[in-house]
Amino acid sequence: MIFMMLQEAWSAMSANRLRTFLTMLGMVIGVGAVILMSSIGAGTQAKVKESIASMGSNLFIVLAGSMTSGGVRIGSGGVQTLKMNDASAIEELSSIKAAAPVVPGTAQLVYQSSNWNTQVSGTTPAFFEVRDWPSEEGSVFSDSDVRSATRVAVLGKTVATNLFGDESPVGKTIRIKNSPYIVLGVLASKGQSLDGRDQDDTVMVPITTAQTKLFGSQFKGVVRFIMVEAVSESVMDKAEEEMQVLLRENHKLRPNAEDDFTIRNLTALANTAAETTKAMSLMLAAIASISLLVGGIGIMNIMLVSVTERTREIGIRIAIGAKQRNILLQFLLEALMISIIGCLIGVCVGIGGAYGVGAFFPISVVITQSSIVISFLVATCVGVFFGFYPARKAANLEPIEALRYQ
Amino acid sequence: MAEVIRIEALTKNYHTDAGEVCVLKGVDITIQSGEFVAIMGPSGSGKSTFMNILGCLDKATSGNYFLNETDTTTLDKDALASLRNHVIGFVFQGFNLLARKNLIDNVALPLVYAGIGAKERKVRALEVLKSVGLEAYATYLPNQISGGQQQRVAIARALINRPKLILADEPTGNLDTKTSQEIMDLFCKLNDQEKITIVLVTHEPDIAAYSKRLVNFVDGRIQHDGLTEHFQASLV
Repeated sequence: MIFMMLQEAWSAMSANRLRTFLTMLGMVIGVGAVILMSSIGAGTQAKVKESIASMGSNLFIVLAGSMTSGGVRIGSGGVQTLKMNDASAIEELSSIKAAAPVVPGTAQLVYQSSNWNTQVSGTTPAFFEVRDWPSEEGSVFSDSDVRSATRVAVLGKTVATNLFGDESPVGKTIRIKNSPYIVLGVLASKGQSLDGRDQDDTVMVPITTAQTKLFGSQFKGVVRFIMVEAVSESVMDKAEEEMQVLLRENHKLRPNAEDDFTIRNLTALANTAAETTKAMSLMLAAIASISLLVGGIGIMNIMLVSVTERTREIGIRIAIGAKQRNILLQFLLEALMISIIGCLIGVCVGIGGAYGVGAFFPISVVITQSSIVISFLVATCVGVFFGFYPARKAANLEPIEALRYQ
Repeated sequence: MAEVIRIEALTKNYHTDAGEVCVLKGVDITIQSGEFVAIMGPSGSGKSTFMNILGCLDKATSGNYFLNETDTTTLDKDALASLRNHVIGFVFQGFNLLARKNLIDNVALPLVYAGIGAKERKVRALEVLKSVGLEAYATYLPNQISGGQQQRVAIARALINRPKLILADEPTGNLDTKTSQEIMDLFCKLNDQEKITIVLVTHEPDIAAYSKRLVNFVDGRIQHDGLTEHFQASLV
């Protein structure tokens, strides 16, 4: 019986191919759009998550300078107020796991005939702990390297590839600003940061080496910023407060003076970014589902026309013994078939479109199973919901009037 | 002989914009199994309405209608559908075949609603097509055969569920004289050999002449009910 009814629905659909195709197109576009949009949303979310994971957890950055200096406001890092001992004092706090002072700069790197301009940062071994950034090959420098300001370097993955190609850089000597440095190791790849920078395009040297030999500095022991990791997420607020009190004390600031440093909770910022992308992907999916709704209305429209057109056929069927539920089921199945076939094509179009977008635009897409399952379920519901009214209209026709209909 | 149809004090009113219109004003008739009845009457006399009620396509306003000893006035829509499917075979003036389906599927359609499997449907459809002499056209579409042939397909469809009663509403109205004769011969054969009860509406005396009993409607009432030959004689 059900097979017969499916056959019936199929033959009714193929009786008017163009119309069926156009009706289906509504569902195809709706489902395709939902899948494409949610793939883009999921891709963006995955990328943000990856960046956040690569950042390290429970992270603060303490920036030097900021705020007012004699009426003139200077941007963060503009004034050299943070010192090496600030970092070591922060590290002593109970809520802090590690703190790494950083002195960044840029320099030209040379290895044999290759050269590369990149960011060179002086820091301490704590940095690799705070950023959760192990070496992939060789090792990172040690505290004794920092103490004796040795000329050693740890390369980011991008730098290693650009200078050495397939060759192993460990133990080789490169020249930074024309001075020789021994490469101790290569860091594991971190990929893009939240703001889209390539985090692997960097070189790390001991902070003392950077301060005294590489960039020089008018003030000894000055650092640009300190990366800080708290012991857990629950003590983040406490850690921030303790650091503020500690630094104000260390910098001998009067109670009414403004801070001469800025503490940023990077983890909170990252979470905000994650929330934003989540909201964005939800919005994309919501907009796309409107077209699914429009597709459903299209089905209802065509089914109503179809019921009117086939009034006489319905009359004949009723006259020879079709029950109301037979007629109801026949038209419902037809609507359902249009929406499900449309949905299947839509899934293919959506997946194809997502791959296309991923291939031709710098957008990462992730096709989620749930988006396929959900759009399939929604399409089925749309078919039943919008097919029901026309089907009931057909089933409720009076036999004599239907038979008389021309 | 068992009675197939018993109708008592049947009336039918229609609501129209002009008010209540009384189409059938109290009809009593009993039709026995195996009868061949022609219903005649001028247009507006209520004979079509009467046929619709006989066929369970319409409900009477008052009165009783027993079909095959079942009181139809108490039945719901599904039960009436089942009666139409199992007890009655319809033949219409306009053939009323489904244009998109071939002859086999058209003939087998009542069996679909009787819940019979595809294999048996096909066998039985071919069988009845053969009995009306159209088995060679089994896979043709209705518009590929002549009107007379289409009416024979419609008769085959009416026969497929082995009904007790065939209701034919002006079955020859769209056919020429020669084809009409063929169709009427087919009805006579069904009545004589298969003992199927036939009730037929027509306004042509030539067609009514094939029947054995003639009922004449005038203004919503039965004005004459008797043997066909007597009525024909009275007209002369």
